[in-house]
Amino acid sequence: MAFIELSGVCKGYGPAEQRTNVLEDINLSIEKGELVSIVGYSGAGKTTLISLLAGLIKPDKGEVRVAGKLVTGPGPERGVVFQNYSLLPWLSVLENVQLAVDQVFPEQSREDRRARAMKFVEMVNLGPAAGKLPRELSGGMRQRVSVARALSIEPEVLLLDEPFGALDALTRGVLQGELQRISQESGKTMLLITNDVDEGILLSDRIIPLGAGPRASLGPVTIVDIERPRDRKELNQDPRFRAIRLGVLEYLLESGKARRAEREAADAPPAQTEARAPAPSEPVSIVEVSL
Amino acid sequence: MKSNLVDSLIKYWLLPMVGAGCVILLWAVASSSIVPSLPSPLKTWEVSKPYILSPWEKRGELDQGILHFTWYSLIRVAKGYALAIALGTPIGLLLGMSKGFTNTFDPIIQVLRPVSPLAWLPLGLVIFQKPEPAGIFTIAMCSMWPTVMNTALGVRSIPQDYINVARVLKLSPWKTLVKVTIPAAMPYMFTGFRLSLGIAWLVIVAAEMLTGAPGVGGFLWQEYNALIYEHIILCILTIGIVGFMLDRVMSLVERRFKVA
Repeated sequence: MAFIELSGVCKGYGPAEQRTNVLEDINLSIEKGELVSIVGYSGAGKTTLISLLAGLIKPDKGEVRVAGKLVTGPGPERGVVFQNYSLLPWLSVLENVQLAVDQVFPEQSREDRRARAMKFVEMVNLGPAAGKLPRELSGGMRQRVSVARALSIEPEVLLLDEPFGALDALTRGVLQGELQRISQESGKTMLLITNDVDEGILLSDRIIPLGAGPRASLGPVTIVDIERPRDRKELNQDPRFRAIRLGVLEYLLESGKARRAEREAADAPPAQTEARAPAPSEPVSIVEVSL
Repeated sequence: MKSNLVDSLIKYWLLPMVGAGCVILLWAVASSSIVPSLPSPLKTWEVSKPYILSPWEKRGELDQGILHFTWYSLIRVAKGYALAIALGTPIGLLLGMSKGFTNTFDPIIQVLRPVSPLAWLPLGLVIFQKPEPAGIFTIAMCSMWPTVMNTALGVRSIPQDYINVARVLKLSPWKTLVKVTIPAAMPYMFTGFRLSLGIAWLVIVAAEMLTGAPGVGGFLWQEYNALIYEHIILCILTIGIVGFMLDRVMSLVERRFKVA
């Protein structure tokens, strides 16, 4: 059995009679030490998927298992890096990490916990900013703190929800490099959710597209058999990279088109149910070719 | 730079002076023509002078400098206000955190909230049989509601992100309260504290008038009975100025607690 197993997972929102499934029949297995990316449209249910794995919400149908155990609620063995950083604004960088460390390693001495928190702050290159408040940091720095906090508690799995989505392209590139290094050094099992196909290919062992919503489901799995460390610039020339990229994009565009056609058909009579669905018309970030 | 200084001098000193001057002028005109029983500004100043110029003097229990009376009132307000915060904050936290608690107690709170201090005070006298605790009880009962309401609102408006952090780390309820809920709700809570202090100061006059306790309100009522109407105006101005200063101090503290 794989380390992370989702089988037949459905999740919808809204009252029973007009409930639309955001995610439908999600099946996914991730082996220990693997880094898997899920790429999809904005609003396709990516955050819902992460929340299910984190245990913040429960599936309507199907089950989520991590290390063989059924996920029934959130817990520190599944570290989450949230999309919007989720740092506590009244705590400094170090204190934000310390809060997590204190909670998960209560048996350690004060000094050990402090040293551990500092070690992870330094790991994300924020040593000099340890005493700063989140509002004094740039977006990229905040997200680093969030990564440090998630890693400091030694989770079995790291769940990353569009971690670099709100950052400018250059900062994103730097942080992708750091994540690649951290993932190789720690050998942690990671699930990366992103809307950037290039980012998914750059970082992961396997990449899976999440079709357009509503009723999104996972597409075919592609193994990224490109040796590490991977370099963004070289990657762009690599025919394997291009083939994977094309495959994933084609699947996403097809599923987007299919959903749109469905919606137009449904719209012909007075539109109602589909109107609330998230718009899949927004293109995936396919522009970022030449970095 | 220089014109900035002039600008702010005009804005923050000259114009407020003009405003105050207008009111004093109206007062002078009114007292000399329409309402002859109203003491004129000049007369008020003359009669009040000893109380203002030697504000700490104590000539007798009910004949003291204005600052001395203010001090008594402030002590009384501090006690009632402390009680209001001590009661109001936990009630607000419970209202914010628990739907069940809200459904159970919110209606009765909404009923008690608009009750006037004049109504609470006799009840306090019945319960405590002494004017001093009755006054403090009244201040607490009237001034705790903004703290209750704002604390509850603050807790309800905590971003889901912070709650998710607490859930992922499996913080205990107590730790969540201390490390996440209270700091996150702090700006709202301080708005409540500031409004509560304003009400506490508002209530003091009523409490002192009815109990005859020494203080600004007690002095005001006593001087009304003694037909020294100038002192009523002195008391009104004192109450206003002290209330204004309390509010300023609280909003400075409040601003400190506003985080990004």
